[in-house]
Amino acid sequence: MLKRLLTSREMLLFGAVAALCALIATRFPGFVAPGNLLRVFNDTSPLILLAIGQMIVILTRCIDLSVAANLALSGMCVAMLNVAYPDLPIPVIIAVAVGLGTLMGMFNGILVWKLAIPPIVVTLGTLTIYRGIIFLVSDGNWVNSHEMSAAFKAFPRAEVLGLPVLGWTAILAIVVFGLVMTRTTLGRAFYAVGGNPHAATYTGLNVGRSQFWAFTISGALAGLTGYLWVSRYAVAYVDIAGGFELDVVAACVIGGVSIAGGIGTVGGAVLGALFLGVIKNALPVVNISPFWQMAISGAAIIIAVALNARATREKGRIILKSAEKPA
Amino acid sequence: MKRRTFTTLVAGLGLTASLMGTSAMAQDNMRIALVVKALGIGFFEAAAEGAEEAAAELGDTEIIYTGPTDTTAEGQIEVINSLIAQNVDAIAISANDPDAVAPALERAMQRGITVISWDSGVAESGREMHLNPSSNELIGNMIIKLAADNLPDGGQVAILSASATATNQNIWIEEMNKVMGDYPGIEVVATVYGDDLADKSYREAQGLMQSYPDLDAIIAPTSVGIVAAAQAVEDAGKAGEINVTGLGLPSEMAGAIESGASRSFAIWNPIDLGYSAVMIAHALATDEATAQPGASIPMGRMGEVTLDETTSGAMADPFVYDSSNIDEFKSIF
Repeated sequence: MLKRLLTSREMLLFGAVAALCALIATRFPGFVAPGNLLRVFNDTSPLILLAIGQMIVILTRCIDLSVAANLALSGMCVAMLNVAYPDLPIPVIIAVAVGLGTLMGMFNGILVWKLAIPPIVVTLGTLTIYRGIIFLVSDGNWVNSHEMSAAFKAFPRAEVLGLPVLGWTAILAIVVFGLVMTRTTLGRAFYAVGGNPHAATYTGLNVGRSQFWAFTISGALAGLTGYLWVSRYAVAYVDIAGGFELDVVAACVIGGVSIAGGIGTVGGAVLGALFLGVIKNALPVVNISPFWQMAISGAAIIIAVALNARATREKGRIILKSAEKPA
Repeated sequence: MKRRTFTTLVAGLGLTASLMGTSAMAQDNMRIALVVKALGIGFFEAAAEGAEEAAAELGDTEIIYTGPTDTTAEGQIEVINSLIAQNVDAIAISANDPDAVAPALERAMQRGITVISWDSGVAESGREMHLNPSSNELIGNMIIKLAADNLPDGGQVAILSASATATNQNIWIEEMNKVMGDYPGIEVVATVYGDDLADKSYREAQGLMQSYPDLDAIIAPTSVGIVAAAQAVEDAGKAGEINVTGLGLPSEMAGAIESGASRSFAIWNPIDLGYSAVMIAHALATDEATAQPGASIPMGRMGEVTLDETTSGAMADPFVYDSSNIDEFKSIF
């Protein structure tokens, strides 16, 4: 079990993250202090949550570009709900956020499944629709920290064993989806559908339905993250998490999730997210020009993808060679 | 929230209609129309309040507070045409588009109506003068003054801006650097960029606190940045230790003032702006002053405005908001 979880690619990525931390420590020693590493993990938690959902979608040969818009709309709705009914308990708020996110994910899924529209087109469309709806429900107004109830803001900040609830949520998601992806028929179906859709159909799997569930899971996680995001930054407005979907896809790609589908693990997506998270948190403290910051983030993505692509290609060649031999 | 805006909007329309009705009967008064981007926006409602204050002070003046129901240039043109038909004495407009409304306003000026723009300007051909809420010099000075006023013994301040290419912010920071000599002991240790994203600004603020443990203040001349920085300071338990200041809106900053993460911040005061616009319109319409480059026009309690070569001028320093007045303004804008 442990060996399977830590296959060479994940170990390689873990090594890269560790090396990155060590490199940063030479310029800013405080970065690798345990407290700070926990802070970085906590800060990266929203990205981890979304990357897990995105990984499942990418596994099924789809892509979900609407996650950040889904996050923003769910977040705005619960923020406005909180303003209207300040006494609503947090579990209800979370249920509403997850429910809204799930609905939006299902909407993506239905379009992909029943109308067979390419996922990139569907989610590009819903991305704009969801952002537009935020404007409609909020009238373009902000929901500000003084309007939110204390409990609403306190939940993700509450510390359990030294780690805020936000971080624990990410850990919970890692454990749950780690099990789902390796130990349940649904999880294995995602791999089968993405790895070889025709073969999956012959084994009795409904490709469209699996994709629908992948979008639904991604939506649910985005909804949950929406509440956590809004309460963490204590502000909700139309543009929150603008462009964040690209970070999420980047985290997956860095984590070794194949855009062609069928390959990827929860561990990989999490490490990919952490890799980006470490860079994002390190750049402000190592004093690098903001123009270089963008270039460095971009270069990291390209290098990671190049390494991944090389690794996959080598594997492909071997299979082809052995397949050609008998012919 | 949407419903509430709608009702205020309807109320605003009703009010406008009744004002228009009564104004036709009282021809002796000077009638000044305050045309806003759209009715039902807190900022402009506050400006109208200031306009009424000016009218009360002037005595013989009546305010017609009007505007379209949504922020379009077409709607404003209709409003302007109806004001021309009513033959008002002056129009003071915050334009939705600087060029689109200019022809209608030119027509108004041909009929002898005094036209000025305020807040959001009109092309030079479409107005006699433009009133800016403040100027780059005044803002640059104000943001460092806000930090320095709370640091009598000097200290370290850092700037959290929007993006590295944001024109407004860069000009303000440049203007701030010009006057740094007036604030001895204040050291700007870093300028970082949050790209007007809440999460990046939050992270940059955390980075500042880590890199500069003795940091005394963060100046954020951007509304997203100041809110995110205040939240980061509050979450780090450094509220009261590090003062987050800069430019922000009272409704967005009320929480930060309450928590102590921010002692004060600045932005224009819409009440003063509406007041000054009416004072200027009145002075120009009665020929007490003329709008020409270099001219000074009185604005009652706000002093006077000096016009530059584009006949635009700056009203005043940005208005400072702190715990003493935040409750009054947080519901306005």
